[in-house]
Amino acid sequence: MALRQIAFYGKGGIGKSTTSQNTLAAMAEMGKKIMIVGCDPKADSTRLILHSKAQSTIMELAAEAGSVEDLELDDVLKSGFLGIRCVEAGGPEPGVGCAGRGVITAINFLEEEGAYEEDLDFVSYDVLGDVVCGGFAMPIREGKAQEIYIVTSGEMMAMYAANNISKGILKYANSGGVRLAGLICNERQTDREDELITALATKINTQMIHFVPRNNVVQHAELRRMTCVEYDPKCAQSDEYRTLANKIINNKMFNIPTPVTMQELEDLLMEFGIIKPEDESIVGKTIAS
Amino acid sequence: MQGSEKTGAMTKKHEVYYMANKTVKEHGVEVMEEILNGYNDATKKDRKKKLEVVTAEEEKSCIVANRKIRPGVMSMRGCAYAGAKGVVFGPIKDMIHISHGPVGCGQYSWAARRNFANGIPGIDNYVTMQITSDFQEKDIVFGGDKKLTKLIQEADQLFPLNKGVSILSECPIGLIGDDIEAVARATAKEIDKPVIPCRCEGFRGVSQSLGHHIANDSLRDWIYEAEVQGVEIEDSPYNIALIGDYNIGGDAWSSRKILEAMGLKVVSQSTGDSTVSEIANLTKAKVVLIHCYRSMNYISRYVEEKFGIPWVEFNFFGPTQIVKSMRKIAALFDETIQKKTEELIEKEYMPAFQKIVDKYKPRLEGKQCMLFVGGLRPRHTIPAFRDLGVEVTITGYEFAHNDDYARTLEYVENTTFMVDDMNEYEMEKLLETFKPDLVGSGIKEKYSTQKSGIPFRQMHSWDYSGPYHGVDGFAVFARDMDMAVNGAVWKKLTPPWK
Repeated sequence: MALRQIAFYGKGGIGKSTTSQNTLAAMAEMGKKIMIVGCDPKADSTRLILHSKAQSTIMELAAEAGSVEDLELDDVLKSGFLGIRCVEAGGPEPGVGCAGRGVITAINFLEEEGAYEEDLDFVSYDVLGDVVCGGFAMPIREGKAQEIYIVTSGEMMAMYAANNISKGILKYANSGGVRLAGLICNERQTDREDELITALATKINTQMIHFVPRNNVVQHAELRRMTCVEYDPKCAQSDEYRTLANKIINNKMFNIPTPVTMQELEDLLMEFGIIKPEDESIVGKTIAS
Repeated sequence: MQGSEKTGAMTKKHEVYYMANKTVKEHGVEVMEEILNGYNDATKKDRKKKLEVVTAEEEKSCIVANRKIRPGVMSMRGCAYAGAKGVVFGPIKDMIHISHGPVGCGQYSWAARRNFANGIPGIDNYVTMQITSDFQEKDIVFGGDKKLTKLIQEADQLFPLNKGVSILSECPIGLIGDDIEAVARATAKEIDKPVIPCRCEGFRGVSQSLGHHIANDSLRDWIYEAEVQGVEIEDSPYNIALIGDYNIGGDAWSSRKILEAMGLKVVSQSTGDSTVSEIANLTKAKVVLIHCYRSMNYISRYVEEKFGIPWVEFNFFGPTQIVKSMRKIAALFDETIQKKTEELIEKEYMPAFQKIVDKYKPRLEGKQCMLFVGGLRPRHTIPAFRDLGVEVTITGYEFAHNDDYARTLEYVENTTFMVDDMNEYEMEKLLETFKPDLVGSGIKEKYSTQKSGIPFRQMHSWDYSGPYHGVDGFAVFARDMDMAVNGAVWKKLTPPWK
């Protein structure tokens, strides 16, 4: 099987790292060989697989060693649950430097060092919040992730972010061949959530690949720095992740997204009663008037 | 009045236009149209605002300057960093100048501007102390503030005679948002010397001109507002400051010579051969004399507003302007100075000028010159050329603003083709059409011009010569122009097709 490169994007705090690590753990159970590339300065994309607080990152080690050229692949690559290989790009403290450049440097390093040449079925990128700059678009540029999974929920801002990310994918779809592979709905228990995300998926020319229900066992597992697949393999939630893993492995729907305008998105939310029709008469009125 | 037909000779073959019943201006406008027709519509629309044929009668210039370069043209401009580092900060001899960012900007601007310095061996520095923070990937990713702090501490130990530090920000610093001001405040306290941050990232503004402005603002905020003190000086009604002279090839020295001979006391000279102390002492002057208006007018205006010190523009290129400027300056002082000035002009300078003019004018009379440099020199040197019988017929600026074009008209006596932000294509066209006898421009323009068989002088760096300011400078200027125009090499040039 040829190497497939996938990436998880989505609004900050939506559960990208949790969903991706659980799903990838389930994929590993199925015998897939996997490498996770964390592209978030917080470096928390691999903690559930490695059972560690935060892995030493490429940029951190590079700064210690002097430059990234002084590093060896073995220094940065760690092996976790079922042999899943883990690497974190890392980056600066909040408020200084350029995290985006860190992602670019780290991925270039992995490529040059031949991290992708090993016997792998999947490389998965876990990218922070939003595609804020060119650096965070690095995993979807030419030769990197071809399949993008956007983690979202029925909340307005999560959907807004999903739509925005699909704009980023569209930009590189023609030059780099990146495709939108589906929306993963991480349940927030909003009204008609699965219908809404299915409708959004249709609008932006993709699918809701899976609806992941909310379950406290995920939190219990996280406290132990474990995926729920490893912590409680028999629970229903682990089966949900296995279903998602299967769907990803067998996924054939790779489309160029058709992002919608802000107005269209609001219309959709109105249709589902998430937001009320705008009352123009109250705009700009103070409490006194 | 000099009608354009009488004095204005845009090309040596202007008889042709009489025959065709065209004025020189009409011909110039035709050439202008022809140049513009070589562009696509968008560029044409834009460049139309940058070209103008003016005569002495013009009261207003229509050129819209200080605008963005068109994509696809080869401009002669630099960037904000070039303006701040190369022009304003670079010449200050007792400061450590840090090119903060990747190595290239610092390397290629290193000691490249021929701003000379002098002093006492072992005490003063003759070459400015220039350092780059040589940014690497990790500095971009993690930010460079810590590195900068360490650099300043180390540099201060390595060069204990430094009197301050300037931090000249290159592009990436602005992109990643490093807090160089915080570093400046902390390290200034530590080394007990001024540390001046200058946010002159190259992508800011449309040319080096914004860099001058930013650098002026940095001096304002970190020298004058911070109340940095210069050495004690004796108060005198004749204390003056000489600013906007970068001492290219020793310019400031020959300007200063005149001012001192007039009885004035130069307490502050900047930024050529200048020191932190002298810059701080600007506020102790009774009047600020500004040579390069374009690069230092900002600080002049500030000093006038804040300290009530008036500023006056002057021009020390060529006899006509030197004499005019000396009288203008003397008029600001008492009769002693005025008397001394008149004596000086009559007894010393006029005979000296006469000697130079007698020697070189006959060799240069009737020649035509194209002059394209910075934001001030073209208009300042037009009269110096005229003193030698050379007419400047094509001119313009790299980074001038609208007020510079208005100020240029004062010097225009013959029909002149003016171009703002000239590019390679326009220059080639103009050279082909008008075939001037001499071109004065920058290093990038030098060799293409010489290859087309036209004598050339670099008017940014004085072509490794100088000074050109003042009385001493005029002698060198006249000799250099003669050397270029009448150089034997041009007589040997016979292209293979002839």
